[in-house]
Amino acid sequence: MDLANIYRAEYGRCVATLARLLGDINLAEEAVQEAFTTALQKWQTPPPNPGAWIVTTARNRAVDRLRRESTREARHAQALLLHQQDDPQEVGPVKDDQLRLIFTCCHPALAPDARTALTLRLLGGLEVPEIARAYLIQEATVAQRIVRAKKKIRDAGIPYRVPAEHELPDRLPPVLTVLYLMFNEGYASTAGPLIRSDLCTAAIRLARELAALMPDEPEVLGLLALLLLTEARRPARLGPTGELVLLADQDRSLWNRALIAEGHDLVRRCLRRNRPGPYQIQAAISAVHTDGAATDWPQVLALYDQLLALTPTPIVALNRAVAVAEVHGPAAALAALEDVDLPGFHRLPATRAELLARLGRDAEARAAYDQAIALATNETERAFLQTRRTTRRAS
Amino acid sequence: MKQYLLSVHSVEGAPALSDEETQTMLRETDRINDELRAAGAWVFGGGLLSPDSATVVRIENGTTTMSDGPFAETKEHIGGFWVIRCADLDQALAWAEQCAAACGPIEVRPFDDLSQA
Repeated sequence: MDLANIYRAEYGRCVATLARLLGDINLAEEAVQEAFTTALQKWQTPPPNPGAWIVTTARNRAVDRLRRESTREARHAQALLLHQQDDPQEVGPVKDDQLRLIFTCCHPALAPDARTALTLRLLGGLEVPEIARAYLIQEATVAQRIVRAKKKIRDAGIPYRVPAEHELPDRLPPVLTVLYLMFNEGYASTAGPLIRSDLCTAAIRLARELAALMPDEPEVLGLLALLLLTEARRPARLGPTGELVLLADQDRSLWNRALIAEGHDLVRRCLRRNRPGPYQIQAAISAVHTDGAATDWPQVLALYDQLLALTPTPIVALNRAVAVAEVHGPAAALAALEDVDLPGFHRLPATRAELLARLGRDAEARAAYDQAIALATNETERAFLQTRRTTRRAS
Repeated sequence: MKQYLLSVHSVEGAPALSDEETQTMLRETDRINDELRAAGAWVFGGGLLSPDSATVVRIENGTTTMSDGPFAETKEHIGGFWVIRCADLDQALAWAEQCAAACGPIEVRPFDDLSQA
């Protein structure tokens, strides 16, 4: 394992533990970065437990530095460290620390954009330029969001703790949203290449860690299952020339069997808990799609009905319409879409176009395809719609 | 311990509360004040009269001038506030939730630690 991989894997854990030891995220980041710089100079081969080495080194460095400095932060941090001197010489990353840090980064008092950037930076170990590239925004914007968020955490006194059980209904959803959006942005980028695997990988790694930390929260397991089952189909999602391949046309032998098995197992664990939620239901839908040789559409529709009842959003209504078309035909699906309004989102006209084409209403279908093409921001998706527009007319 | 300002905002021209609504708000505010005191979180608080009653004092070039009316040239004005003392933002937000139920949107703003002698 090279240092870059160790950095990615250990950075968030180490910052999380140092943030607790020092009571300050900035000091924690500085200390961890210094420790990695030292590691770069000292390690011939990485020690057996690199995380513990980094945390211990970072803590020792921080103590040395705090003794030299006399700012308010330094005195505060030193007091915290002295308070915890009963710790043994070697300290390692503590799992609860990561959980604390995730909840701090995704605190509802922070702006949603800042939550994602901060989570990617502090827990995902992504550098500012990587985050900027992933979201196609200026590095300066990302840097500013992170600085502002860290300042607010400190100034406003956002606590560094895991919320109590009764707070979780309010506090867990923003965390799950950040991981879900991170994965989605990686899976269907708003522009640029369709798939950005670094974001998908970071989201899955964090979701795995969250699931390990909160194994009794079914929505956490549901989210992980959903991400794994989506990721499993990624190898079949693009054709030989980088074109988008629809689920029905995908080569199922390319799907990642191990991820599917893991996802199905998680869905079964969720079902046993019988506390359904939006992520669990979406995971169950993905499980049906990846079960057997073809999709059991009536089951998918039943799950979408359940999802729509729980989260009556236009996006869910749109996705449900696709299942309606498979079970009750395109006319019923079009009727189901009548009241759905999703301004600016290309998938609504794209779906209507498919349904109209299946009904032989070619002129209307072409108009709907044109609308979708005009709205699609991603080149791969636009090309896909162009092809459909041409080929569907012939059929 | 940190201190937070929890401010209530009134919008100029918004329909006035009915007598009954005012009574409910005052009753709820009293209840919150009692709870704040019991929890040791109370520092200070109170409702303000309308911004028309405000006076702004300025010193320009060594001369003191007074002007009638509020400083901020906006439609929204502080209608009242609490100053509370608690451990962290989550506790302040929990109090703010109660205040918001009684008095409408609440802005939670931390005091600068340095200004707390």
